[in-house]
Amino acid sequence: MDAILLQILNGLDKGSAYALIALGLTLIFGTLGVVNFAHGALFMIGAFCAVTLQRILNLSYEEIDPTQTDFLGNPLVVKVPYVQAWFGPEMGGSIIDWSVPLAILFAIPVMIFVGFAMERGLIKHFYKRPHADQILVTFGLAIVLQEVVKYFYGANPIPTGAPEAFRGSFDFGVLLGFDPNAIIYPYWRLIYFAFAAVIIGGVFSFLQFTTFGMVVRAGMADRETVGLLGINIDKRFTFMFGLAAAVAGLAGVMYAPINSPNYHMGMDFLVLSFVVVVVGGMGSLPGAVAAGFLLGILESFASMNEIKSIIPGIDQIIIYVVAIIILLTRPRGLMGRKGVMED
Amino acid sequence: MSKMDVTRRGVLKTGAVAGGGLMLPTYLRAAGHEGFTNAPTGSTVTLGFNVPQTGPYADEGADELRAYELAVEHLNGGGDGGMLNTFSSKALEGNGILGKKVEYVTGDTQTKSDAARASAKSMIEKDGAVMITGGSSSGVAVAVQGLCQEAGVIFMAGLTHSNDTTGKDKKANGFRHFFNGYMSGAALAPVLADVYGTDRKAYHLTADYTWGWTQQESIAAATEALGWETVNNVLTPLAATDFSSYIAPVLNSGADVLVLNHYGGNMVNSLTNAVQFGLREKEINGKNFEIVVPLFSRLMARGAGANIKGILGSTNWHWSLQDEGTKTFVKSFGTKYGFPPSQAAHTCYVQTLLYADAVARAGSFNPCAVVEALEGFEFDGLGNGPTLYRAEDHQCFKDVLVVRGKENPTSEFDLLEVVQVTPRAQVEYAPDHPMFAGGALGTCNPGA
Repeated sequence: MDAILLQILNGLDKGSAYALIALGLTLIFGTLGVVNFAHGALFMIGAFCAVTLQRILNLSYEEIDPTQTDFLGNPLVVKVPYVQAWFGPEMGGSIIDWSVPLAILFAIPVMIFVGFAMERGLIKHFYKRPHADQILVTFGLAIVLQEVVKYFYGANPIPTGAPEAFRGSFDFGVLLGFDPNAIIYPYWRLIYFAFAAVIIGGVFSFLQFTTFGMVVRAGMADRETVGLLGINIDKRFTFMFGLAAAVAGLAGVMYAPINSPNYHMGMDFLVLSFVVVVVGGMGSLPGAVAAGFLLGILESFASMNEIKSIIPGIDQIIIYVVAIIILLTRPRGLMGRKGVMED
Repeated sequence: MSKMDVTRRGVLKTGAVAGGGLMLPTYLRAAGHEGFTNAPTGSTVTLGFNVPQTGPYADEGADELRAYELAVEHLNGGGDGGMLNTFSSKALEGNGILGKKVEYVTGDTQTKSDAARASAKSMIEKDGAVMITGGSSSGVAVAVQGLCQEAGVIFMAGLTHSNDTTGKDKKANGFRHFFNGYMSGAALAPVLADVYGTDRKAYHLTADYTWGWTQQESIAAATEALGWETVNNVLTPLAATDFSSYIAPVLNSGADVLVLNHYGGNMVNSLTNAVQFGLREKEINGKNFEIVVPLFSRLMARGAGANIKGILGSTNWHWSLQDEGTKTFVKSFGTKYGFPPSQAAHTCYVQTLLYADAVARAGSFNPCAVVEALEGFEFDGLGNGPTLYRAEDHQCFKDVLVVRGKENPTSEFDLLEVVQVTPRAQVEYAPDHPMFAGGALGTCNPGA
């Protein structure tokens, strides 16, 4: 029982990332009709926003410490961050320590700008082109973006830690009456799950309870009629692209402490996120979220030794097996609507 | 009546094919004179540096390339001469190799076996490389070694740690200076028993490919021999990025040590995840829970950040060693590039010098003469103490370092501290050891 609970918890944070990326993908597909293979790159750029802010906060001046020597035997050059010089070692240290949560504020405008630039600069030229063209151009863009990031940040993962206060793990086992250490779960992963829930709730509320959201939903259902009513739906859809980019970016920022960011982390998530979108049902926002969590949890279960001993290698294929089963039984996915991508 | 369509395009196509066909034997003959592949005829000799320039190990590849460039500079008489000054063999004079100026071409392995073979093939066939060296993965090393054997050129392996490279997949034309999984186990296990005691239960997470399997087997055998129990070994996919679902069950398994048989991005992520789960703060079976990373690399340690502190592992070499060879190499490399070399850079630099020296001693670039010169070659002054290139399997035997993640690093390069220099005698094994059985060295192939 404790092992099952443990894997459900494990699946939640992975599912959160899938759900957030798939949510953005579905938003873009639902509004603009574009299959955006560069969405994983937006997740990666978000994570690198956290890395960049960490580097900005760590900008340092150099001091020579005559008591120590470097590897060549010269006096050691010690780097002192400006933040610590300005605010004192303790306060400055805390600011650097909190660089990931602070990066949320940094990432929102950056990601909206990146989203706008991507949509206006490239993707709008492909609205009327076949989906295959859209896939090729966005996939190419993803490769370009990851190579640019690799050029500036290198190929190795860059450690981007959570604040000291959120390191360590919470013992759910004791809370639920199991043995100590039976179900432990890192604090930051809990925060990631809560954060994803807030973002998903926020996006749904925005679409459900605001006039802007209502127009967007109407545009998703019938773009032509909304246009005939004199509403500039394209402008709103461009905004939605920016919003989707920001959602993917924030997912990336908060994911940085879970796995050190590297330039190809977007590709690692992209394919699985597309499976999530298809399983959830193309164009269905609740479907994307539900499928994200479902596949995250299933992937987690498939990694259990007990299951792997029965079916070796199942952890690597479980998502695709489930996708095949669901698409065979429900060809439009879990919550897919009739008419989407069927013309 | 038949109709003949002769078009300009058709004539051009036919002509191109016929011309190419006629040129092919000339091309092959050019590669095949003097009885071996790519025998250098002019005043230069070309070496092929096959390193990961793209993909996840690109930074390691970049460091390897820096080392190769430095080695070429020193071989051609440039710079301060580096380890040529400390190398026990004095056959090299700083005038290239056998008086021929050393030139090089580079290839990108992408850390993919097929891409690595393609780039090595291109360097041999198109660029006339007489020796191929480099790489950051055992899968790549085994693949390229096989290709070099068939092509009749020497392969001086870069960073490859699988037992198989000089075990079941060994080849007469291939040589490895880097240490291997067995040596890691033999060096590390006594230190682990010393520091953590002999009554320990280990849980292994292992990358699911040749290197992971052989390292896990080696570490488990070495630790079990000292009284440890291996509770479980879970194979993880090489493409895995989040290891939480593999790490979560560890604490409940009764194990009190987690051994991460991972390298590169796998190691960074699995270690980061393990630390996140608070494993190192836990107490199991009345003992502190410990994590072990048998193969450390400074470039990977940077990725893991503070998580590496206090964790034991092994390396082939470290820039903080105080022998003359190391000090000279670190000075040359540090002065040129501004930071100390990694172990990947060291092994690649040394391999280039060893090849050049073997050619100089043999008086020929013929691969079979080079093989003969390297087999059973004893040398010193290259950073690992007295070293032997064993004839039976073309594996170097030398001291191995046990290292620990430094608690208070002074810079981003100062991440590991040497805990023990394990003497060569402790990591030696018989050529027919079961972990290395199954393959045959065969005979050298000069190609042509």
